[in-house]
Amino acid sequence: MPVGKSTKLSRRHIYILPTRFGWLFGILLIALLVGSINYSLSLGFAMTFLLAGFGSVSMLHTWRNLANLHITLRRAQSVFAGEEAIFELQVNEDNHRARYALNAHFKESQINLENIDTNMPDIAVFGEAIFKLPILSQKRGWLTAPRITFSTEFPVSFFHVWAYAKLDGKCLIYPAPLNHNQAIASTDEAGNTGNQHSPHGDDDFAGHRTYQFGDSPKRVDWKASSREQGLFTKQFQGEAVSSVWLDWQATTGENIELRISQLTRWVIDAEANKQQYGLRLPHLILNPANGDTHYQQCLTALALM
Amino acid sequence: MATFTAFNTRLNPNLQTLIWLLGALSISYALHAINLHSWVSVSFVLFAIWRFLMEKNGWRYPPIWVRLPLTIIGGVAVLVSYGSLFGRDASMALFAVMVTLKLLETKTPRDFIVMVILGYFLTINVLLFTQAIWVFFIIQIPMLALTACLVSTSYSSRKNALSHITMKTQAGLAGRMLLQAVPIMLVLFILFPRIPGPIWGIPRDAYSGMTGLSDSMEPGSISDLSLSSKVAFRAEFKSVIPANNQLYWRGPVLWHQVGRSWLKTSERLILPQESLNIKGKDVNYSITLEPHNRNWLLMLDIPISLPPNATVKHDFQVLSNEPIRTRIRYDGQSNLQYVLGETLNEQEQTLSLQLSEDENPKTHALAKQWLTENKSPSDIVLAAIKMFREQPFIYTLAPPRLGNEPVDDFLFNTRRGFCEHYSSSFVYLMRAAGVPARIVTGYQGGELNPNGNYLIVRQSDAHAWAEVWLQGRGWVRVDPTSAVSPSRIESGIGSALSDSNLLPLFARQDYPMLKKLYLNWDAVNNGWNQWVLGYDQQKQLSLLSKIIGKKIAWEDLGLILVGVMISLMLIISYFLLRNQAVLLSPVKKSYHRFLNKLGKIGLVKLPHEGVINFGNRAAAQLPEKTKEIDEISQLYSSIQYANSNQNSSIALLKKLVKGFSVK
Repeated sequence: MPVGKSTKLSRRHIYILPTRFGWLFGILLIALLVGSINYSLSLGFAMTFLLAGFGSVSMLHTWRNLANLHITLRRAQSVFAGEEAIFELQVNEDNHRARYALNAHFKESQINLENIDTNMPDIAVFGEAIFKLPILSQKRGWLTAPRITFSTEFPVSFFHVWAYAKLDGKCLIYPAPLNHNQAIASTDEAGNTGNQHSPHGDDDFAGHRTYQFGDSPKRVDWKASSREQGLFTKQFQGEAVSSVWLDWQATTGENIELRISQLTRWVIDAEANKQQYGLRLPHLILNPANGDTHYQQCLTALALM
Repeated sequence: MATFTAFNTRLNPNLQTLIWLLGALSISYALHAINLHSWVSVSFVLFAIWRFLMEKNGWRYPPIWVRLPLTIIGGVAVLVSYGSLFGRDASMALFAVMVTLKLLETKTPRDFIVMVILGYFLTINVLLFTQAIWVFFIIQIPMLALTACLVSTSYSSRKNALSHITMKTQAGLAGRMLLQAVPIMLVLFILFPRIPGPIWGIPRDAYSGMTGLSDSMEPGSISDLSLSSKVAFRAEFKSVIPANNQLYWRGPVLWHQVGRSWLKTSERLILPQESLNIKGKDVNYSITLEPHNRNWLLMLDIPISLPPNATVKHDFQVLSNEPIRTRIRYDGQSNLQYVLGETLNEQEQTLSLQLSEDENPKTHALAKQWLTENKSPSDIVLAAIKMFREQPFIYTLAPPRLGNEPVDDFLFNTRRGFCEHYSSSFVYLMRAAGVPARIVTGYQGGELNPNGNYLIVRQSDAHAWAEVWLQGRGWVRVDPTSAVSPSRIESGIGSALSDSNLLPLFARQDYPMLKKLYLNWDAVNNGWNQWVLGYDQQKQLSLLSKIIGKKIAWEDLGLILVGVMISLMLIISYFLLRNQAVLLSPVKKSYHRFLNKLGKIGLVKLPHEGVINFGNRAAAQLPEKTKEIDEISQLYSSIQYANSNQNSSIALLKKLVKGFSVK
C-alpha cells in the first residue's frame, strides 16, 4: 500500500478477481466446449476458443484500465463533526491510455454506498480528473483520510480490479454546534458574566481603530490609511459595544464536549450576527474581531482543544 | 479537466445498450430462422419492437401476470410445433423463445450482461445447424455487437453524464478485444487436443437436415433428391478421371419389390459373397463424403478394396460401421471392367425374381409374349431397351402421377418418368420374363472442377439403374435411362432434361459465368471442409508431426499447448500492458525524447506545467542550454497549438532534439 501525499497505482498494488458475471462466462465457455466435442463441431471449437481468448484479453484490458494512474490527495474543506467531509482526489493519466468508469471510495466512509454514486469519471489520454470522496466525520479534530479503494470493471464486467492507497491527507473537523439556541453568555473584559446589550444604533461612525487581522476589507478606511501610517478600520457606534467575549468560564457542566459545542454554537451565531467577538479559552485568548479568518481561527481553536 | 460530483446515481443501461443487444440478437434470430420454425424469429421481432418502444417512450415493464402466461404460451408453442421439448431442434427453439421473453424483464446492468452471455450462446448455436463459410463470417457481426453491448453496459449510464462514450468507441473497443483474441483462438484451434465425440448421446433429430439416398426407392424419391444442389461427395482421382458414362457410384442395392417400393435385402438374410473377377486397370481415388446419417460409402462400380472401418455386403455395397454423421474422407480402389457373381444360387435366384402378385397384368402379358417368342434372356434385355428407345418415352423430373398399376400405367400410358421409373419398370419387366434382376441406386457422373481437379457429385446426380443376371456373364449393368436419354449418362443431368428450370441452378447448362464462379466458390468450400471443418484428432496429429518433423503422440499435445499458450499470453500481455504507449505522433515522440533527456538530470515536467513554462524553468537550471531549450519549446508549442503543422518544422524539431544533449 503506497504511502505519501501522492502515489502511482503500480502493478504490485493491483488485485484482480472474476465477478459473478466472469464466472457465468466461464460456465458458458465450458458448455460451449462440451457441446463442440459432443457434436464434433469444428467451428464450435473455433468460437469457443475465440471467446476464451476474448475473456483473457478482457482481463488485461480491465487491469490496465486502473494500472499506473497517478493519484494525489488534496486538502479537504473543514466541516462540522457529523457532516460529510469531502476529500478531493486528483487522478492523472500519464500512460497514453484513456480510462473509463473508474470508481474510488473510502473504505470506512460510513456512507451508505447505495445512496451515493459510485463516482465514475473518465480520464482522457494524459488527462486528469478530480474525484470527490465523501466521508462522514465523527468527532472534532483532525480527520485522517482513510484507505482509498480504487476499482473498475470496465470494459466487460467480467473482472473486478481494485487497488488500495493510503495517502497522507487530513481534514480539520470543527466541533458539532449545540442545537438549542441558548443566548450568548458574554463576559466583560475582566471575565464577569453579563448579558450583552446594544443600546445604540449600529450605523453611526464612531472613529478609527488600528487594523486587526480578520477585519473586513470593506471596513478599512482607505482614505485615513493613506494619510497616516498603518491601516485603520472604521468603527461604528454600537459595534464596539456589541463586542462580546465568548468565555470557557461562561459555559457550565461536566461534559467538556458539550461546553465546546456550546462555544461553537455561540461563535457561529456571533459571526452570523456580524458581531465582534472574542474567544477566551483556558489556554488561548483570541481578541474580539469578526470576518471569515477570525471565524475559522476560533473554530480551529475549539476543534483542537 | 473534468470534475465529477459524487451524487450521480447509477442508472439502468440506456438506449444505446439496448440497440446493441437487439441488433445483435436480430441477426442471430435471422440465421436461426433458416433452421427453426419461422414463428420463433417472428415473435422475437415483435418482442424486440415492444422492448425498444418501451425504452424509447418510457413505458412500464410488463408485470409478472403478463410475463408468466407468455412464458407458458411460449413453452406450449414449442411443444406443439416440435412435438417435444427435447431433442436438438426443440430445445434450441425453447431456448430461443425464452431468450425472447427475457427481453421483457431486461432492465438492470445485471440483466443486460446475462442477456449478452445468453446471446453468445444463441449465436454460436447457429453453427450447430450449418457450418458454411458465410455463416461463420456473418455470426461475427452479432458477436461484435454483443461485445459492444457488454462494453456499453459496463460503462453504465449515469444521470448527469458529463462524458459519454459513443457507440463507435464502444464498437471499436469491442472489435479490438475480439481481434486480440484471434491469435489465442488460432493457437487453441490448432493445438487443443481434439477428443473424438460424442461424449454422450446426441438427440435423434440432430441429423435430420442431412439428405442423401435412402435404403428404399419409390417413384419420386430420387427425382426429389435431384432438386437439391447439395454436394453429396467430392472425388479426387489419382490418375485420369474415367469417362462420364463409366462413373457409376454404387450405393444401396435393392432386391425386394413391394407395391411401388423397392427395398434392400434383410439384414438377417445371409447370402454368399458374390464372386468377382477383375479385368481392367485399377482406378484409385479418394472421396470426401458429406454426412448423410446412413451407413453407405459411395464407391465407383465396382469396389475392389475397402476403406477402414467398413464392410462390404454380398451384393458389393460398401457400408461403414457407423452412420456417416461428419464429413469423412476415405481412399477407394475400384475396377471398371469386371465379372460379378458368375453363379447364382437358388436363394439368390428366388430373390431376384420376386414380384408381388396380381399386379400390372399388361406388363406380365408383354413378358409372357417375349417368353413365347422363345427369346433368350439377353434378347429379352435388348427387347426392353429397344422398347424404351423406340417408343415415345420421355425423361423428365416432373412425371405425372401413376395409377394403381404403376408399372402398367408407366409403360403403356404415361411414358414420362425419371430414372427410378425406368429402372424399376425395367427390373419388373425382366423379373416377369424370368430374368433375374435388381436395382442399384447411387450417383452417376459428377462435375469436374478444374480449379481443384476433382469431381463434384451432387444430390442432383442421384441415379438408379439395373443389374440383370445372365448366364456366363454374371450381373450385368443395364441402364434403361441411357436408352431414353443417352445424354444423361454421357454428359450429366443438366444437358439431359428439356425442362431444366426445375433443376438446381448450378446443375443447369445455361449461365456459364455463374457456373465458373460457382466452381471457384466450390474449390474454396472444399478447402474449408478439408482443413477447417474436417480438422480432427488425426489431422491435428499429422499436421503437428509435419511441423515438428517427428511423430508426436496425443500426450505431447498438452505440453506443446501449455508452452505455446504461455508464450502467447506473455506476448499479448506485453503489448497490452507496457507502460509507454506506441501511438505517439512523431511530433510528440520528439518532444518526449527531449523530456527524457532532461529527466535524466532530474528536470521533470509537471503534469500541469505548460510547455513554455517548463522550458523557462529548464533554461533557468541550465543557463548554457537556454537557446536550444527555448527553441525546442517554442517550435513544439507552435506545432501543437498554433497548427503550423508543416513537415519542415517537424523535421526541424526532430533535428534539434537529436542534437540536444545534457551532461
